[in-house]
Amino acid sequence: MTAAVEIDHLTVQFGLFTAVKDVSLQIRQGEFFSFLGPSGCGKTTILRTISGFQEPTQGVVRIGGQDMNGIGPNQRPTALIFQNLALFPLMTVAENIGYGLRVRGVPKAERDRKVDELLNLIALSDQGNKKIEELSGGQKQRVAIARALAVEPKVLLLDEPLSALDLKLRQHMRNELRAIQRRVGITFIYITHDQGEALTMSDRIAVMNRGKIEQIGNGRDVYEHPQTSFVASFVGENNGFSGTIAKVSGDQAEIETSVGRLTGLNKKSLAVGARATLFVRPELVRFGAQGENNLAGSAADAAYEGMTTHLTMKAPDGSSVVATLTGTPAREFPSEGSPVSFAFSTSDAIILPA
Amino acid sequence: MLSSTGHPFIFLLPVLAFVIFWVMAKFEPKPVGVTKKSFFERNGTPVAIYLIVAVAFWALFMIVLPQLFMVEMSFRPKLPPVEMGGPKDLYTFENYHYFIYGSTTSSDAINWVHIKAFFLTILASLLVALFNFALCYPLAYYMAQAARPARVRFLLLLLIAPYWVNEILRAFAFRIIFSSGGLINKMLLGAGFVDQPIDFIGNDIALYAGLGYAYMLMMIFSLYNAIETLDHAQIEAARDLGAPWWHIHSFIVIPFAKPGIASGCTLVFMLSAGSLAAPLVLGGPRSLWFTPILYDRFFQAFNWPQGAAYAFILLLACVSFVLLVLRLGRLSLGEIAK
Repeated sequence: MTAAVEIDHLTVQFGLFTAVKDVSLQIRQGEFFSFLGPSGCGKTTILRTISGFQEPTQGVVRIGGQDMNGIGPNQRPTALIFQNLALFPLMTVAENIGYGLRVRGVPKAERDRKVDELLNLIALSDQGNKKIEELSGGQKQRVAIARALAVEPKVLLLDEPLSALDLKLRQHMRNELRAIQRRVGITFIYITHDQGEALTMSDRIAVMNRGKIEQIGNGRDVYEHPQTSFVASFVGENNGFSGTIAKVSGDQAEIETSVGRLTGLNKKSLAVGARATLFVRPELVRFGAQGENNLAGSAADAAYEGMTTHLTMKAPDGSSVVATLTGTPAREFPSEGSPVSFAFSTSDAIILPA
Repeated sequence: MLSSTGHPFIFLLPVLAFVIFWVMAKFEPKPVGVTKKSFFERNGTPVAIYLIVAVAFWALFMIVLPQLFMVEMSFRPKLPPVEMGGPKDLYTFENYHYFIYGSTTSSDAINWVHIKAFFLTILASLLVALFNFALCYPLAYYMAQAARPARVRFLLLLLIAPYWVNEILRAFAFRIIFSSGGLINKMLLGAGFVDQPIDFIGNDIALYAGLGYAYMLMMIFSLYNAIETLDHAQIEAARDLGAPWWHIHSFIVIPFAKPGIASGCTLVFMLSAGSLAAPLVLGGPRSLWFTPILYDRFFQAFNWPQGAAYAFILLLACVSFVLLVLRLGRLSLGEIAK
């Protein structure tokens, strides 16, 4: 099966600045694929290159196996949902959704039927005659999706469309987007800097940094088996301890850091003397227990969130270590400044090149 | 000029204007539920009073009174100074009568020369406005949506610089360029496109070009301001949905910029219809523009009442035309003033 979208050695430069550096990847048919990265990492540039608003400096984008170079955005089988949605304010909801069909010269009767169908899909059946400004944020979102789906694209591109919504609505729209994607079955390419969005919705995630892909994998891969220091620290919370490899034994290694010698899994087979960082997730750090790796310091902060509590310890070298406790902890939180000890298992810690 | 009964009225007017503006400031309409400081609290009493007096003075002495004088004068007969205010100084329609019949008393003949000039002026001004729109829209769109800021600044400078030259000088320059021995004819003859020089001036082509050029900035700025506020993502969204460029312009950009287009077109139309320098300098020997006729009423025929009547006719025609355009475009006056 040909890939829905194939990006082949893509480089995009703006003057002297290289936004995307030699990126190659394949996105499968019907997949919910996310590009996750901080702002300025090149993810939006990739999206604009796929949609045709940006020409590649080098390399090729293929959609359904077809080379897209030189084909304008209005000729591509893609539809883009803009960050600010870019709904047409002078048109009604139905006119917005039907715009792509009108452009294609679809007869009015057929257009109306299609628009009704889409209004149904986004649960706005009786609101076709409303003006855009009369809709709520979530409704606008759904209209933007319907407008893009109306032209029956092979690939739907979404440029951080949820960023303008409040938290509750954002979480609701995540489920809704995912449900719509399952129903229509087309490929979704989603751009976000919010790892929660990427993890909950995506089949696969490409984590990007400085114009390059750091890692591609499903949510669990990216979270549990980060391949680079950037992925380990960008996706989710992480405690990182930098230092040099002091000893390698089997699949484990010892690393000399400013808080002492720590042991973790040497996934990248680093040799003694290499600069490296040991990562351990806060939820894998135990509070007040002894284990394979032990850290002592003074309590700095306890952020209670109900279901979880984030305990921050100030290590002797001044760095902070966070332990996330779930449920109601059996004992009282230590008061600020009192001595505390954290511990974690070697099998929970990952050593990656710095 | 005013009869003696009018004097108290004249002295009462400024007071009345002040009171009206003061009441407007005091009972300023506010959006429901918004607690906003009043006009006086916002500006402080001295500044508020200054603003009211200044605006009242400006509105009254610069706009309302001169117009009222002219309108009033247009209903008076032409009399030697000694008879003004005398028994013969009665309100009359004879000046308007003259516009239609070419005589203050007889209704036998129709004053075709003036009526034709009047309608030709209106029609030609309309064409100038439309031509200007067609010429300026692509440039305004380019500046507002496509060009980089540095390029926009450069273009604006290029657009403004010619207006440092005074209007009459520019009109004469056009006359020279468009004359039978002028630059354009020389080029056309040299390139072999024509064997005879084209009479640009006699055919009013120079006049239309000069008028279009004189008010181009009004159009450019109105369009630029309107198009500039359009979110570029809207244009991209339309393109992404498959729209060809003409569809984007007809259904996204132009509907959005409609208030700016209306404002630019009405400005150019009004200014063209009322323009004097360009028709005087660039008009051919046979050309008939209404403003030179109007000018002649005042300074050749020394018939100020008749000139006032002619001016009032032109003003009425322009204003009603603009209101009609707004009505057809379903726009309010407030929208085009944005």
